[in-house]
Amino acid sequence: MTRSGKLLFDGSDWNFETLSRTYDAIEEIALGELKLDIYPNQMEIISSEQMLDAYSSVGMPLMYQHWSFGKRFVFEDHLYRKGRRGLAYELVINSNPCIVYLMEENTMAMQALVTAHAAFGHNHFFKNNYLFRQWTDASAILSYMEFAKKYIAKCEERHGTAAVEAILDSAHAIMDQGVFRYRRPPRLSSERERERARERLEYEEQTFNDLWRTLPPSTSAKERAEAERDASERKKALNLPEENLLYFLEKTSLILEPWQRELLRIVRVIAQYFYPQRQTKVMNEGCATFVHHTIMNRLFEKDQVSEGTMLEVLQSHSNVVFQPGFDDPRYYGMNPYALGFAMMQDIQRICTEPTAEDRDWFPEIAGNGAWRETLLDAWTNHRDESFILQYLSPALIRKFRLFLLTDSSGDNYLEVASIHNERGYQAVRAALARSYDIGANQQDIQVVDVDLLGDRQLRLQHNVKNGVLLEETSRDATLRHIRHLWGYDVSLVGVDESGEELYECSTDEDGL
Amino acid sequence: MPNFIDRRLNPKDKSIGNRQRFLKRAREELKRAVKEQVKSIGIADVGAGQSVSMPTRGVGEPTFQPAGDTGDRERVLPGNREFSPGDRLRKPQGGGGGRGGAGTGEDEDDFQFSLSQDEVLDLFFEDLELPDMVKLSLKETLTFKPRRAGYAVTGSPTNINVAKTMRNSHGRRIALRRPKQAELDALAAEIAELEQKPKPTPKDKERLGMLQAELEWLDRRRRRVPFIDTVDIRFNRFEQQPLPNASAVMFCLMDVSASMGEREKDLAKRFFVLLHMFLRRRYERIEIVFIRHTDEAREVDEETFFYSTQSGGTMVSTALEEMLRVIEARYPASEWNIYAAQASDGDNISGDSERCVTLLSTVMKYCQYYAYVEIIDERESEIFARTDNGTSLWRAYRTVDGDWPNFQMTRIAKPGDIYPVFRKLFAKQPQTLRQPRK
Repeated sequence: MTRSGKLLFDGSDWNFETLSRTYDAIEEIALGELKLDIYPNQMEIISSEQMLDAYSSVGMPLMYQHWSFGKRFVFEDHLYRKGRRGLAYELVINSNPCIVYLMEENTMAMQALVTAHAAFGHNHFFKNNYLFRQWTDASAILSYMEFAKKYIAKCEERHGTAAVEAILDSAHAIMDQGVFRYRRPPRLSSERERERARERLEYEEQTFNDLWRTLPPSTSAKERAEAERDASERKKALNLPEENLLYFLEKTSLILEPWQRELLRIVRVIAQYFYPQRQTKVMNEGCATFVHHTIMNRLFEKDQVSEGTMLEVLQSHSNVVFQPGFDDPRYYGMNPYALGFAMMQDIQRICTEPTAEDRDWFPEIAGNGAWRETLLDAWTNHRDESFILQYLSPALIRKFRLFLLTDSSGDNYLEVASIHNERGYQAVRAALARSYDIGANQQDIQVVDVDLLGDRQLRLQHNVKNGVLLEETSRDATLRHIRHLWGYDVSLVGVDESGEELYECSTDEDGL
Repeated sequence: MPNFIDRRLNPKDKSIGNRQRFLKRAREELKRAVKEQVKSIGIADVGAGQSVSMPTRGVGEPTFQPAGDTGDRERVLPGNREFSPGDRLRKPQGGGGGRGGAGTGEDEDDFQFSLSQDEVLDLFFEDLELPDMVKLSLKETLTFKPRRAGYAVTGSPTNINVAKTMRNSHGRRIALRRPKQAELDALAAEIAELEQKPKPTPKDKERLGMLQAELEWLDRRRRRVPFIDTVDIRFNRFEQQPLPNASAVMFCLMDVSASMGEREKDLAKRFFVLLHMFLRRRYERIEIVFIRHTDEAREVDEETFFYSTQSGGTMVSTALEEMLRVIEARYPASEWNIYAAQASDGDNISGDSERCVTLLSTVMKYCQYYAYVEIIDERESEIFARTDNGTSLWRAYRTVDGDWPNFQMTRIAKPGDIYPVFRKLFAKQPQTLRQPRK
């Protein structure tokens, strides 16, 4: 009897009063007990159709128009209608204020779960993780997207949809190569740059001597040295090599109109905005799942939610963190929710009830009792790769029964390299961490040279890792897109770690 | 307390624009897919929200992707049961890609989605340059139904629209400053009070006179500016909307003798589909009767109609006779709008064409219209383009072409020829339309 008096809500229907009462109770635990630090929340109730709409525009509330989003939409829509795929219960946007979408179909128990998950878990992560802090500007993204949408609509009006689409298609093709993976060195201010260029010009004028021209052609060795010097100077002027293809094309392409450059910039900004999300999938979801799990359990302990609610919450929680084995038909790679949540729970365990093994592996945190602080610190200072490398414990490797499989293209078999045993822990952990290193797994393609005064061919270099080459059809199609933006021929050279050339291709061979 | 915003009432279909762009992009592929599908489904099903499966050619989004069969990889998988280090496993089919692979490629080799009816129509008839079909007028409107159509200043008292009238009156009263009842009451009360006074001072008298004058003036004004003036009154206006007879029957007549090949049947089917679609825009209920004939005619189901072959000679008149029989038995012309479409390659047994013409004059009494399409070889289309020459059936029908405004005959050699037939058919009708009163 006393119990029902304290309940935040009863039954599955929700209304704005119960939503807000529950939000307040969750906030009390999240901020008071877990010490989370969040952006203000803006909770938006949407219907399932609106959720589908949001899906197809990569989860942004505002997005410019492009056919590829329509493609995604019909794809998702079809799956949803056939009942082959459910919709997410929520969607959260890394912005300030943090926008959280709640589906109207959710029951009140789900709304509570989603509030804890998104409005506090994800929100805290967005606000505190170093990647998001350094790379994204949460308070500016919405207004930037609004600008982008309007700008592109204006371009379409002025230059035609087809022209805009052509540029966007090409830009989308190299979106993955459109991010800065390492912080740029501070650039010189434009004034100083101009000053320097002027000085150099003056120096060249002063030292000009027409006599040099009359000299007989130099020896080949000298010529080569000179050509090399030319090239290195050229590269320096263009800041080469450059890993961000979109940036390079935007700044250097000879054929683009100003509005086209602006389109590239928009695509680049969006790619950069999502880059941290791709590097922190496990941590982000793990953090949110851990937070909702902790909060819902606390609410239950405080008698603020009923047993029925808790059952429903646990049911969907265990669905979310389900990790099928590799030979299960449902297996579709590691489930980031499962891995992240398990690791964070494991950290909590190591902090409070460490085993001898944990003391051995994690001397700094084992038994320190301060699991909240340890987790807050991990959430702030890690991305997936470093987080796994730092915190994946042998206990967890055993629990997931992880094993490492090597696959060499020369062999017709796969080999089990390590399993969850004493000798294998390190190798499994390191390999799992590596598999989450986006920077290492992504194809590393850079601009290495371009002779603006000569044939203007754009030279790209693919730094081949572990002998993994590019799929040829899509590679050639992508190169054609780059050529479209560059205006002249583009060549791509694959170079392995030792500097040996593995392949070379260019757009002029395709006869394009 | 956070900020809760209810977005459910926001406009839906935010991505409809993107969807249309995608369809435009995938047009060629979709057209092919839709055509394939139309071949395999029933006439009446064309246009209902269809699920179309299409390969992603032309709408691919290339990016640099790792080639699955190159290089050395390592993969961490969960759920080890019996493996020990050093165990070797046979590679799964299709190289090293496998299920645990990069996970970047969406699986969309063949990706399915539903098209709306209009989208299907657009695609299916694109090569026919289909204009706005809504403007089409079918003949024979039989009943009229009143439909609200704005307001009128004249009309019968039962149709007065009180809300609109009162709004007008209110506006006019404000504009013309009609004195309010309250003002009059206040004046009257004050006058009464002054008159009550036992010893009115001269000042009171003066005031009384003023008030009385004002009251009189206000009274006059009230009479000049009536509460409801005739100019305020609005009537609901009704228009007589013609209602077509709600049910129609469509007769598909086709020669199925050996001379009608795959191509001819496909063209014929398109023609029937188009007719059906036109009719569906107008009628609530449409039935289709399939009559096929060689040297004898029979009513069959759609499947048999299009796909089973029958050997024998060709006697067109049997089909007309069969049609007359069906009309008599099931579709009295007083209750049904009857449409007939006949497709043939024009071959007929000698002497039968004349009989057809005779029968046709009976048939035309019942039909809203009758379309005869002769499917000819593309090579012949040049030769036949301008001459009255042709097959025996063509020549025979030619003699009566023009006797009835709702009889049409034409030759088609390719899909693009089909639509103009309809344009002619429907454009010719207006003079026979019973126009509704203005």
